[in-house]
Amino acid sequence: MASPRRLSAAGWIGAAIAAVVILTALVSLVWTPHDPTVMDVANKLSGPGAAHPLGTDHFGRDTLSQLMVGARVSIAVSVVAVGLGVGLGVPLGLLAAARRGWIDEAVMRFNDLAFAFPALLTAVLITALLGPGAINAILAIGLFNIPVFARVARGAALPLWKRPFIQAARLAGRGRTRISLDHILPNIAGTLIVQATIQFALAILAEAGLSYLGLGSQPPEVSWGRMLNEAQTFLFLEPRLAVLPGLAIVLTVLGLNLLGDGLRDRLDPRLETGLETRREGG
Amino acid sequence: MAWFLVKRALALALTLLAASLLVFGVLEVLPGDPALLILGVNAREDTLAALRESMGLDQPALWRYLTWIGDLLRGRFADSLTYDVPVSELLLPRLAVSGPLALLSLTLAVALALPLGVLAAARRGRITDTAIMGASQIGIAVPNFWLGILLVLLFAVSLRWLPAGGFPGWDAGLGAGLAALLMPAVALALPQAAILTRVTRSAVLEVLGEDYMRTARAKGLSRGEALWRHGLRNAMIPVVTIMGLQFSFLLAGTIIIENVFNLPGVGRLVFQAISQRDLVVVRDVVVLLAATVGVVNFLVDLSYALLDPRLRHGAGAGSGRHG
Repeated sequence: MASPRRLSAAGWIGAAIAAVVILTALVSLVWTPHDPTVMDVANKLSGPGAAHPLGTDHFGRDTLSQLMVGARVSIAVSVVAVGLGVGLGVPLGLLAAARRGWIDEAVMRFNDLAFAFPALLTAVLITALLGPGAINAILAIGLFNIPVFARVARGAALPLWKRPFIQAARLAGRGRTRISLDHILPNIAGTLIVQATIQFALAILAEAGLSYLGLGSQPPEVSWGRMLNEAQTFLFLEPRLAVLPGLAIVLTVLGLNLLGDGLRDRLDPRLETGLETRREGG
Repeated sequence: MAWFLVKRALALALTLLAASLLVFGVLEVLPGDPALLILGVNAREDTLAALRESMGLDQPALWRYLTWIGDLLRGRFADSLTYDVPVSELLLPRLAVSGPLALLSLTLAVALALPLGVLAAARRGRITDTAIMGASQIGIAVPNFWLGILLVLLFAVSLRWLPAGGFPGWDAGLGAGLAALLMPAVALALPQAAILTRVTRSAVLEVLGEDYMRTARAKGLSRGEALWRHGLRNAMIPVVTIMGLQFSFLLAGTIIIENVFNLPGVGRLVFQAISQRDLVVVRDVVVLLAATVGVVNFLVDLSYALLDPRLRHGAGAGSGRHG
């Protein structure tokens, strides 16, 4: 067993993978080997070579450039979606824990209701009815992060309210809102960061699924899910196109999950797996 | 026990009521007139009005909601906007595909996850444990639709053992039907099995530290016997919880997987209905899916009582899973 103060080897590997993916996404903002949207039909479906390190697709677009931009789209959608969940879910959870009573009851029942719908089904419903696109994909994925963070924040905050230092703050006359912000939030931040890492990984998977179905970001924007969708037509001709974007997804999600597990062990050794909070993804 | 049952059943009924109101409400406020959708933009105003009346669209929303729910409860389905047959006629043949698919993948996931999870727990910290946990970490990261594509690549394109997609129908024989469902089921099952393996491992590890396990060992049972006779039953509670939740995952997963493999199932039905804006099909199927999820979670709560006699008498087993 590694010391709980240090990140485990697996955690470091996860952090390294996540860093590489994020760096790639950042680099794609200023430089890609080719313009990922420029078609070059003369060079379509060409294998890896000097001009195109990972080959080209059926329109002759450079696969490496597309993968790089795909990382950016995937990360951008997931960051905003998880941010939405944190921004709305955590205050709800803190409020429920601070006030208890009917507010708590209402928040928890709202959570139950949200979990009655298979997340992906509702995400498909939302994006299809509001119209496909990156913004609506963010909304659809973000919506499901709200109850997750509400529940995690509430669960972590509840036991704190019984602790002496919170009771002392109560006796000193501080309001429940102030205590939630000044004392509860900093103490549950570790748990929230771990959960955010896991939800981030789930959001990457959900985004890929939605854009595979054609409901995520629209052409000419590039995304890993869309690349997979298009590659399926050429499965017999060029399996490389179906393998590479999938590997990119697996690597990203794996990195984030390893990082999340590593952080959990470090920040909160009592939670061994925390899988019960892992399920609400796409 | 009776009180616990009544409470859970009431909660289920309330959730379903809220879910149906939500679905109805959302589809109600969306732009798009079903009559206009059927007749097209060039339709005359009086024809439109006549169709709206025959579809009951001129009635107040509350009345239409009550009629819809009342009909659903009596098993009467409205006509699809695009196919002109009752939704039930569209649904039943597709259930015959999606039902077996979900069941097959759940069975595969459990058959794989339980032994692996117990094995990993029994060999905690050794190479077997590390290998199983590493594999499960990768399994969680693999999108099921990509796994589906890889399976097609291997078993349909390269080896030519299985069909790449489509469904021959159960009339073509049990073997042909199962062959068509095998790859989709595996693609759905593996990521779920990865999660379930981890849950099983940690549940078994938890149980191994309990006093009653030490008692069982002290009275002379071997480690394996003690685990088998006393441990597994107790370790099953969190495992069954996750299985119940995964069922909802599987239902949703069919939407993507049925698209990958071109299967005529419920997932494709709902996906097509959404893209064609066939709101009658959408609301019926979505509410039925939510009801299925609700009933499955209800059954999961019931199974706690069977697995753990203490909960039959004690308070609130249902609140336990919100921990």
